Amino acid sequence: MFVGPFMLVFALVFLAPIVYSLYLSVFRTQMVGGTTFVGLDNYARAMQDPQFWEGLARVSLFLVVQVPIMLGIALLVALAIDSGRLYGKSFFRISIFMPYAVPAVVASLMWGFMYGTRFGLVGNLNDALGVSLPDPLSPDLVLASIGNIVTWEFVGYNMLIFYAALRVVPHSLYEAAEIDGATQWQVVRSIKIPAIRGALVIATIFSIIGSFQLFNEPSILQSLAPNAITTSYTPNLYAYSLSFSGQQYNYSATVAIIMGLITMVIAYVVQLRGMRKEA
Amino acid sequence: MTTALTATAPSSRGPRLRTRTVNKHSVDRPRRSPLLTVLTAVVLVYSLVPLVWLLVNSTKTQGDLFSSFGLWFGDSFALWDNVVATLTYDDGVFVRWLGNTVLYVVLGAGGATFLAILGGYALAKFDFPGKRGVFAVVIGAVAVPGTALAVPTFLMFSQMGLTNTPWAVIIPSLISPFGLYLMWTFAAEAIPTELLEAARIDGAGEFRTFFRVSLPLLAPGIVTVLLFTMVATWNNYFLPLIMLRDSDWYPLTLGLNAWNAQAATAGGEAIFHLVITGSLLTILPLVAAFLVLQRYWQSGLAAGSVKE
Repeated sequence: MFVGPFMLVFALVFLAPIVYSLYLSVFRTQMVGGTTFVGLDNYARAMQDPQFWEGLARVSLFLVVQVPIMLGIALLVALAIDSGRLYGKSFFRISIFMPYAVPAVVASLMWGFMYGTRFGLVGNLNDALGVSLPDPLSPDLVLASIGNIVTWEFVGYNMLIFYAALRVVPHSLYEAAEIDGATQWQVVRSIKIPAIRGALVIATIFSIIGSFQLFNEPSILQSLAPNAITTSYTPNLYAYSLSFSGQQYNYSATVAIIMGLITMVIAYVVQLRGMRKEA
Repeated sequence: MTTALTATAPSSRGPRLRTRTVNKHSVDRPRRSPLLTVLTAVVLVYSLVPLVWLLVNSTKTQGDLFSSFGLWFGDSFALWDNVVATLTYDDGVFVRWLGNTVLYVVLGAGGATFLAILGGYALAKFDFPGKRGVFAVVIGAVAVPGTALAVPTFLMFSQMGLTNTPWAVIIPSLISPFGLYLMWTFAAEAIPTELLEAARIDGAGEFRTFFRVSLPLLAPGIVTVLLFTMVATWNNYFLPLIMLRDSDWYPLTLGLNAWNAQAATAGGEAIFHLVITGSLLTILPLVAAFLVLQRYWQSGLAAGSVKE
């Protein structure tokens, strides 16, 4: 009765499209001959598609480097704020969280301008110091630059998740630890981190999903760095270009399904591992 | 405080003196650390510098943008001119985009919150067949990439004749798996089952119980979910990007991107100062919402921490 409306809309915007894209992925539409059933041909094609693999390798690299950095910073800040040892902690909390309220479009444009060698900060620094910093929007560095944007956007958000989890740790545990003469680091390692394991797992899973779905930032930076970001820069961008510039809906749906499967498998493994340690 | 007292009093010869020193820098009120404050301030600066950059550069004319240092004001102070130019450029298209965004946020985020409240409440407080299944499907759905859904959703909606209308943006926004999850955990904590049973014994119907008893208890959770769905809809880029062709229906995010891309097209007028000022105007409402509603979503957090 209460769940009904949610499930109804959910079925319309989640389940129906998934079924539809499974359906699309086993057909092929050609100029001549119309739509034919091709079985798993589209999947075979994706397996041999270097553009798809390059994109996947890129987001995997992004995942392995960016996610630990971002979550690490978020955890350290959350612990610092929770420790109660900061001056003006609510100011810290709200300010570091603020970038989350900034749309990805604005964040990307803003950082994109700042990266720019023309009127960006990088250009300013070059002029002021008489050095020539590497161009953050060059093909070699643009992935790191995107990583920086994403880190900036989500550090505060993850910090807040960790902080909220830390707040519900029973204070009697800290008091007991203090009576036992535990140091701050021991408290952090033995009480705080284990207590928020659930939040850590959730944040990790959301970050993995976010990395694999990387789209907004590269898509927006494209107009500022057209040479560095190709139309198949990430698998998501590739799927988008395939269907909206290439009209290859069937193959695009296939790429998207493969990415969905990979994401779900990895998220599931992380969840299993995270939960097992807890037990 | 009371636990500290009872813990220390028996073990010490001078209980009064001892408790006073303990309480001054106890577990709850530790000594402040300048070093830690400075280290955390590094992250703070990192978070705020781009916003300061945006604010500073929205005061510059296009010429100053290229000639002056990024983190300090230029020769001109053109903030007001820029705001006026942003609002009036191209027959005030920015205002139209703002209106669209507000429409999507009110209907999309409002609807999403409403559905999440109903669903989360039901999952937390009623037993019904397939409850576990509902949860598994919803959480699984979070892992599906946006594009996996976007392309087929686009094709489906275009067959229904919904693309290029506001509905194409609003309907998919109505589902927030994260919001549902949040409401579920919150409702499980905040509403005592005994209270619902009492209401039922008193003869209140399920809907009456929901609106009179449960809804007020859920208020902090509702504000939190509303805030997060608002951010999601306000900042939405991908969905409108594929659904909308007609720039009359663009939200702010798409509009800004179109303005920025304009400089790259042949013969397009470069309007970077408008992109920057427009960006500032776009983020102001959300920043304001977070600051104004701070007490509510922080009290939501605090409510959880009282649990001890």
